[in-house]
Amino acid sequence: MENDVIINQTDSINKISEDKNRGKTIIDVMNLSAYFGKTKVLKEISLSIPKNKVVAIIGPSGCGKSTFLRSINRMHEVVGGTITGEIFLDGNNIMKFDPVLLRRKVGMVFQKPNPFPTMSIFNNVVAGLRLNGVRNKNKLTEVVEQSLKQVALWDEVKDSLNESGADISGGQQQRLCIARAIAIKPEVILMDEPASALDPISTAKIEELIHYLKEEYTIVIVTHNMQQAARVSDMTAFLYMGELVEFGPTAKIFTNPSVKKTEDYITGRFG
Amino acid sequence: MLSSNVASENIGDFIYKKLAQFFALLVLLLVIVMGYEMYIGSQLSIDKFGWQFLVTSTWDPVKEIFGALPAIYGTLVSSFLALFISLPLGLGVAIFLSELAPNWLEKPLSFFTELLAGIPSVVYGLWGIFVLVPWLRNSVEPLLAKHLGYLPFFKGVPYGFGMLAAAIILSIMVLPIISSISRDVLKSVPDSQREAALALGATKWEVIKIVFSNSRSGILGATMLGLGRAIGETMAVTMVIGNRALISPSLFDPAYTMASVLANEFTEASSDLYLSALIELALILFFITIIINIAARLLVWSLEKRWSNVK
Repeated sequence: MENDVIINQTDSINKISEDKNRGKTIIDVMNLSAYFGKTKVLKEISLSIPKNKVVAIIGPSGCGKSTFLRSINRMHEVVGGTITGEIFLDGNNIMKFDPVLLRRKVGMVFQKPNPFPTMSIFNNVVAGLRLNGVRNKNKLTEVVEQSLKQVALWDEVKDSLNESGADISGGQQQRLCIARAIAIKPEVILMDEPASALDPISTAKIEELIHYLKEEYTIVIVTHNMQQAARVSDMTAFLYMGELVEFGPTAKIFTNPSVKKTEDYITGRFG
Repeated sequence: MLSSNVASENIGDFIYKKLAQFFALLVLLLVIVMGYEMYIGSQLSIDKFGWQFLVTSTWDPVKEIFGALPAIYGTLVSSFLALFISLPLGLGVAIFLSELAPNWLEKPLSFFTELLAGIPSVVYGLWGIFVLVPWLRNSVEPLLAKHLGYLPFFKGVPYGFGMLAAAIILSIMVLPIISSISRDVLKSVPDSQREAALALGATKWEVIKIVFSNSRSGILGATMLGLGRAIGETMAVTMVIGNRALISPSLFDPAYTMASVLANEFTEASSDLYLSALIELALILFFITIIINIAARLLVWSLEKRWSNVK
């Protein structure tokens, strides 16, 4: 009798949170498989990414984390991958988008900082806006200040906006790249191991930034650092050999995973 | 025992190092000696004509009056015209090979472009005489004269042999240099730059623009290497340029280049002053090409430094 009540309660709680999530889902991945040539690197993955949350993708090297991330803004096509299945952004199938427009809605930050070295810090931040045809100087100046403040870089570079984007430290370069990504106001930011090339202090700054950014953006982050995933994400997906083993709230995945394999990976038994 | 072993190894190292150093310096020495020899050889002409040699345009071996201006003019104009033609072509080829061509096409196409550089220049010259010149004389030049004849560049009798033929031959010979070095320069831009642009929603063309802006100095270097090649080219130019010491704005008119003066007249130089004037011409050519090549190399190398800044 008591048990039944509890089950009913959890059911209704689940229902409520499901309803809430359904209203706020931004990316729906359905039966996603990805191929490089004949090699299948992702196998029928389905998951929903809620809006304004940080979703971490973890798993051992070669499990398809990056491919999964890249397929969300169709950057997998750049490296010669193909996908089957469907990905919806705000209910629209991304394969029906022009990839150029899709990538303006779904920004990306890479493993190694890649500012444009021939452009000044200022021009790096507004590179995406310029591609969109924004020419108004006041507007650009405003966006530069706003974006650099959002990534907590403004105080460090406000006096050297005209210097090359390559003349600052690695950690600053990565924050510049994040500023460049958010300057065009995307809905989603994909981060592919954004801190793996950085020192611990810069890493901490990036993680802090992720916390702050989720108020405005949805973030999908690939990381092979499980502590990082635990620290920054609200939900975690564990991929293994191209399959989605488990997807759920980060707290649950890290403390009480429902699949044995997840537990083995989290506790460092393999991977 | 042990110590003597170490010492003898050190002596071996020492000798080897000095020997390598000597050979490396020998190359430099060779350049200096060549320059010096030409300077000494041209003393007679330098004494007689002074700076006037560079700015007067009479080239009269009979009266022994020598002015190098027509040859300098012909060299520079034919070379820059050649660049004007081959730069857009070469960049187009480079962009296609590095950014657009699928892998299976890129390799063979690169190979054939570079093959162009391996064809002996006398073959280009023959092709110029038997194919290019008649075509210019019968089709291209009359057409240009008819439609653009009011411009000073397209006035006069369409001989076929002349500045235009030389410029076109040169542009074909320079093309592989510009396209293959530019391709290497474009390829040296890391893929992370292309991905950065794509992820911002850049179109293919916009990605190329960003890659290009990263390569400007290298491409300028490639252009200057091409220019160096064009300025020094002798055989093919001599065969089609018409070989007359003439400064004329018309591209139909025959002209002369420093290299072709040397090739044509060195064996006929009957007097010491004539010979000396030719050697002075060689000295000028030598300096121009050395300066252009050094500048070009510096530009190409400066690019490699940049990428050490971006981690």
